[in-house]
Amino acid sequence: MKQDIILAGVGGQGILSIATVIGSAALTEGLYLKQAEVHGMSQRGGDVQSTLRLSSEPIMSDLVPKGGADCIVSMEPMEALRYLPWLKKDGWIITSTAPFVNIPNYPPIEKIMEKLESLPHLVALDADAMAKDAGSPRSANMVLLGAVAAKLDILQPEALREGIRRVFGRKGEAIVEANLKAFDAGFEKSM
Amino acid sequence: MAPKQLLLGDEALALGALHAGLTGVYAYPGTPSTEITEYIQGHPLTRERGVHCAWSANEKTAMEEALGVSYAGKRALVCFKHVGLNVAADAFMGSAMTGANGGLVIASCDDPSMHSSQNEQDSRFYGAFAMMPVFEPSSQQEAYEMMGEAFDYSEKRGIPVLMRMVTRLSHSRAIVETREDIREQNALAFPKNPRQWVTLPVNAKVRNEALVKDYLVFEEDAVESKFNWLKDAPDHSLGIIACGLGYNYLMENYPDGCPYPVLKISQYPFPRALAVKLASMCKTILVIEEGQPLVEDRLRGVFQSGITVKGRLDGTLPRTGELTPDAVRAALGLPETKGLDPCDIVAPRPPALCQGCGHRDFYTALNNVLKDYPTARVFSDIGCYTLGWLAPFHAFHTCVEMGASLTMSQGAAFSGVWPSVAVIGDSTFTHSGMTGLLDAVNGNADVTLCISDNLTTGMTGGQDSAGTGRLEAICAGIGVDPAHIRTIVPLPKNYPEMEQTIREELEYHGVSVIICRRECIQTFRRHAKK
Repeated sequence: MKQDIILAGVGGQGILSIATVIGSAALTEGLYLKQAEVHGMSQRGGDVQSTLRLSSEPIMSDLVPKGGADCIVSMEPMEALRYLPWLKKDGWIITSTAPFVNIPNYPPIEKIMEKLESLPHLVALDADAMAKDAGSPRSANMVLLGAVAAKLDILQPEALREGIRRVFGRKGEAIVEANLKAFDAGFEKSM
Repeated sequence: MAPKQLLLGDEALALGALHAGLTGVYAYPGTPSTEITEYIQGHPLTRERGVHCAWSANEKTAMEEALGVSYAGKRALVCFKHVGLNVAADAFMGSAMTGANGGLVIASCDDPSMHSSQNEQDSRFYGAFAMMPVFEPSSQQEAYEMMGEAFDYSEKRGIPVLMRMVTRLSHSRAIVETREDIREQNALAFPKNPRQWVTLPVNAKVRNEALVKDYLVFEEDAVESKFNWLKDAPDHSLGIIACGLGYNYLMENYPDGCPYPVLKISQYPFPRALAVKLASMCKTILVIEEGQPLVEDRLRGVFQSGITVKGRLDGTLPRTGELTPDAVRAALGLPETKGLDPCDIVAPRPPALCQGCGHRDFYTALNNVLKDYPTARVFSDIGCYTLGWLAPFHAFHTCVEMGASLTMSQGAAFSGVWPSVAVIGDSTFTHSGMTGLLDAVNGNADVTLCISDNLTTGMTGGQDSAGTGRLEAICAGIGVDPAHIRTIVPLPKNYPEMEQTIREELEYHGVSVIICRRECIQTFRRHAKK
C-alpha cells in the first residue's frame, strides 16, 4: 500500500508539524516514508509545500509525480488550489477555509470556495475556529490532521494519536491533550 | 536490529559524521546546508566528546580551520551551500595540494532550481577541477553511510573528499538505519609527508605530479566502488547513466524494475571504464543527472563516436532546474501522468520580509530620504534584506554575492555615482564586508555603508552572527572616523531621527557607516517564549 500527500500553506503556518506527527506514526508502524520540505528564503511569508510519501514498500523519489497525490492538505484555501496538477483525479482536498491574505492580489474568497466546492472530494473546515473551540487556538494543523485520518487508510487514527503524544510530549500533558482534542474534532467532522 | 530514525538528508550526513569519529564541524550557514551543523550542535555526542561546532565567520575560514584539524590527524567536516564553495575555493583547491592527514570531508549542498540561491552551479565540477574525489549520495541512508566511507577513503588515499548534496536530499526526510558501533575520534598524529603541507613551488611541483597520478587511482577506485554499479537488463535499445538523485527518479518510473541497462554513479572521478562497458551494450545512452550536465558533456566529446548521448544538452531533459519524476518520465518516452487541471485564479505568493522586521523600517526611512536624491544608487547584499528589492520597497539596484555591496558602491562612487549607498546585513558584513570597508577607508571613498544589524544570521533561521555587539568597534578599528559611525534603531516612531542621520551621512563626502540595529523579529519571538 502507498499513499502520497501534499501539505500546503504559507510560511509559518505549521504544516511541518503535521508532517512530523505523520512521520513519527509511520516510523512506529514500520512504514517507509519520504518527506521533502522547503527551507530558507521561500519560508518568509511565501507559499510553502511539503510532499509526504508513505508506503509499505521502499520509496524511490522524494517528490510526488504529477497526478500522484492521494490528498492535498492545506492550511489555506488558495494554497490548496495551487497543487491541483499533482492530485489524482479521485484524490481528496482537505483544507482550512480561513484565507491568509498577505498579497495585494489575493482573489475573492467566494471564487476560491466556488472552485473548491466544484471538486469531487473536498473536506473544507474552519480549522482555526474548531481549534479555538477545542481550547487550542494554535492547533488548526491538528484539526486538519484529524481530517486526514478520516480519509486516508494507510495510518490508523490511533497511530496518529500516539504520534501526537510523542511529538508534543515534551511540552507537557496539557498541550498533548489540547492537540488530541483538536485532532478528534477534525476527525469526527470529516467521517 | 539497528536503530531507526527519521532524518533529513542533512541530518543523516551529520549523524554519519558523528558516528565516524568527527572531531569538528566547520561551517557558515547557507540553505540547504545549515541543518548539518545545527544537528551536530544539538546532538548529545557532540557535548560528550567536545566536538567543535561553532559557526565560522565565512566558508573560507571554515575550510582552513578544518584543514588544520586534518593536519593534526583528526577528522573534520566542512559544510556550506554551493556558492559557499566559491568563497572557500582558495583553501579548497589548496587542500587538494596538501592532501588530507586526518579524514577531511567537504559537504557542499547544491540548490538546482535555485529555491534559495543566486545560481545553479554544480559542485561536482569543483571536484574534477581540484582533482578530488566526489561522493554523491542518492538517499538519506546513503548520506549516512557515505560519511563514514568518505572519512575512511580520505585517510586511505590522503585526499579530502567532496560530498555533493542537493536540496531535495538535504531537505527531505526518510527513515535511516544507524550503526550501533560508534567510532572513536582519531588521536593527534602529524602528517607523514610534511613537505606536502608547505606549498612552495619546490614542493607543489612534486605534489602536482603525484596528484595527477593519484587522480587516476581515484578513478580506478570509482570503477570498483560499491556505490557505482552497472546492471544489465533485456532491452538494449537504451542504456541509462543515473547519477545521485537521478537514479531515484528513474526507478520511480519503473516500480517493477528498469527494462534497460543502468549504470548508477555516486562516486567520482567519472568511472569511464563503466561507461565504456555500457556503450558496448547500448548505442543510445540517456544521462540523468541532477544539476549541470557534467557527465553528459564528458560523454559527448567533439568527435562522432557512433553513440547517441541524450540528456540535458539535447533537450531530452530540461537544460536547467532540478529533476522531477515527471521530467525523467518524459525523457524515458513514457506517457505523461496527469492530475487535475491547474487553477487559474491562484495568485503567486512570493516570500516577503516579516511583519515587524527592522529591515522594513530601515528601507522605509532610506526610501524617504532618497526621494530627494534621484541620482542615488543603492548596492545591496545577500540576506533577508534582499527581499527589499520586491514590492513595496524596491529599495536597491544590485545584489550579486556575499560582500559585493560595499565594494561595488566604491567602484560606482569612483565612477561618478552620488550618493553611493551600500546595504549589508551584520552577518554578511563579518563574512565578507570588513575587507571591503578597509578598501573604502584606504581610498577615502565617498560612500555610505548601512549595516542592517538584526543580531543574527536571519535568512537561514537565526544562527549566531560573528560580530554581534562589536560592529562599532570593528568599523572604528578598520579606520572609519568615529564621528561617522552612527547607530539608529529602526522603528516607525524613529523615522524622523533615522532620516536625519541618513541625510547627514549622505552629505558627508567620505566613508560613513550607519548601523541600524534591532533584533530579528523571529529570534525575538523565540527568545520571548523562553
